[in-house]
Amino acid sequence: MSNPVLTVSHLKKTFGENIVLKDIDFFANEKDVVSIIGASGSGKSTLLRCINQLEKPTSGDILFHDKNIQDSGFSLSNYRAKVGMVFQSFNLFNNLSVLQNCVVGQMKVLGRDRKEAEQRAMDILSKVGMDQYISAKPRQISGGQKQRVAIARALAMDPEILLFDEPTSALDPEMVGEVLNVMTSLAKTGLTMLVVTHEMDFARDVSNRIIFMDAGVILEDSTPEEIFNHPKNERTRMFLNRSIRNT
Amino acid sequence: MPTSFFEWVAFFVNKYGLFFIQGAGTTIFIASIGTIAGFAIGLAVAVVRTIPVEENDSLARKLFYKFVRFIFVAYIEIFRGTPMIVQAMVIYYGSAELWGLDMSPMVAALFIVSINTGAYMAEIARGGIISIDKGQYEAAQSIGMTHSQTMVNIILPQAIRNILPSIGNEFVVNIKDTSVLNVISVTELFFMSKSAAGTYMRYFEVFFITCLIYFVLTFSVTRLLLFVERKLEGPDSFVIHGSQTVPQAVIKGGRE
Repeated sequence: MSNPVLTVSHLKKTFGENIVLKDIDFFANEKDVVSIIGASGSGKSTLLRCINQLEKPTSGDILFHDKNIQDSGFSLSNYRAKVGMVFQSFNLFNNLSVLQNCVVGQMKVLGRDRKEAEQRAMDILSKVGMDQYISAKPRQISGGQKQRVAIARALAMDPEILLFDEPTSALDPEMVGEVLNVMTSLAKTGLTMLVVTHEMDFARDVSNRIIFMDAGVILEDSTPEEIFNHPKNERTRMFLNRSIRNT
Repeated sequence: MPTSFFEWVAFFVNKYGLFFIQGAGTTIFIASIGTIAGFAIGLAVAVVRTIPVEENDSLARKLFYKFVRFIFVAYIEIFRGTPMIVQAMVIYYGSAELWGLDMSPMVAALFIVSINTGAYMAEIARGGIISIDKGQYEAAQSIGMTHSQTMVNIILPQAIRNILPSIGNEFVVNIKDTSVLNVISVTELFFMSKSAAGTYMRYFEVFFITCLIYFVLTFSVTRLLLFVERKLEGPDSFVIHGSQTVPQAVIKGGRE
């Protein structure tokens, strides 16, 4: 078996006195679709943000293909191009059209020329069903559409891993489906995905692994089958009961 | 000799029309150059001041940024904290006295207005930059853009659009405040008016005309900037490309 794409070891993150991540050990293999679940404030988002270096870990290592991403010689810019991120609040570039949102990174970071970048952007935008809206500005489209463009923007960089930070939490209920559909079809293409989510159906049906986090530690890391049917930890069981009753 | 107010106004318009136009031209020239150069200075200062310093940066780098920031803050405080009329005197006469520089009043005027405006613009631009949502930086970083790429492509276009009303303010202030440059004999509108009025001892009539000219200048500039602002905003509608039945069809779409 090949080495994991991503390995996190002894990761710790504190904000002042507040310990958000205690001692996280975790890995992701190629083609893994990992759902990260847990209550608010359990450190799920912080873990994703550390992986993509939007937060600097207090201590611990993050390895990408066995290379430590915090080494001084490591190119963070190349790494981030390969590790895409989709945010809860979309964060589309407000000054750029839908098409340009998907083009700017390819040109500036990957050095593609405009023609190639626009071609690639069009391909992906049509996959997420947003090719009709290429000349719209972010303020002119709906939340679900924004999130689909945000996914396309990340995919245009040809990432090896895509990180999703609660991608449907800021959406109106009727728009959650369109974004989950895109994510489900992405999972089928074999893209490695780490998804922080409160969508239990997605976690159960689409991911091949689920991580349950509580108070800055990983309490359980197993298959959806195991987690949903035979949770080992009392806290996992309680969390799932609450979440499933709510949906 | 004219006898009534209106006769005097007509008299000055006839006799000194070209004079007024020259003065107004100089005023708008100094104000334009000063505002544009001041904007460039302010933007540069604000961009440098907002460069993030990371905890694990080298000590030399940290000290360097600390030093640069100190210089910039000193510049902003000094030029915002003293009147431009005083700056004009100190710089114009000081440069001759200390360094033997023989600046023409016009060069001195351009320099003074630019550097003075730059101090205000630096804070306006910094406000514009820090008002952009943090998510915009994070999204740019998350696809691998460097700090400078993020600034040039994402943050500054939005920040500049947002501060355009404040830039307009500065422009209007500059049109009016160039009048203080008459103390170093710059032949702008106020200086010209004073000469014309002094010749006939008719201050009210002349400055009534001057007043109107200033208003026309500032009013045109605010209209122009509003127009630019609307252009930058982009159209309210957008085009939908293709449709279910006719893939090549182009349908006009509105804001949702």
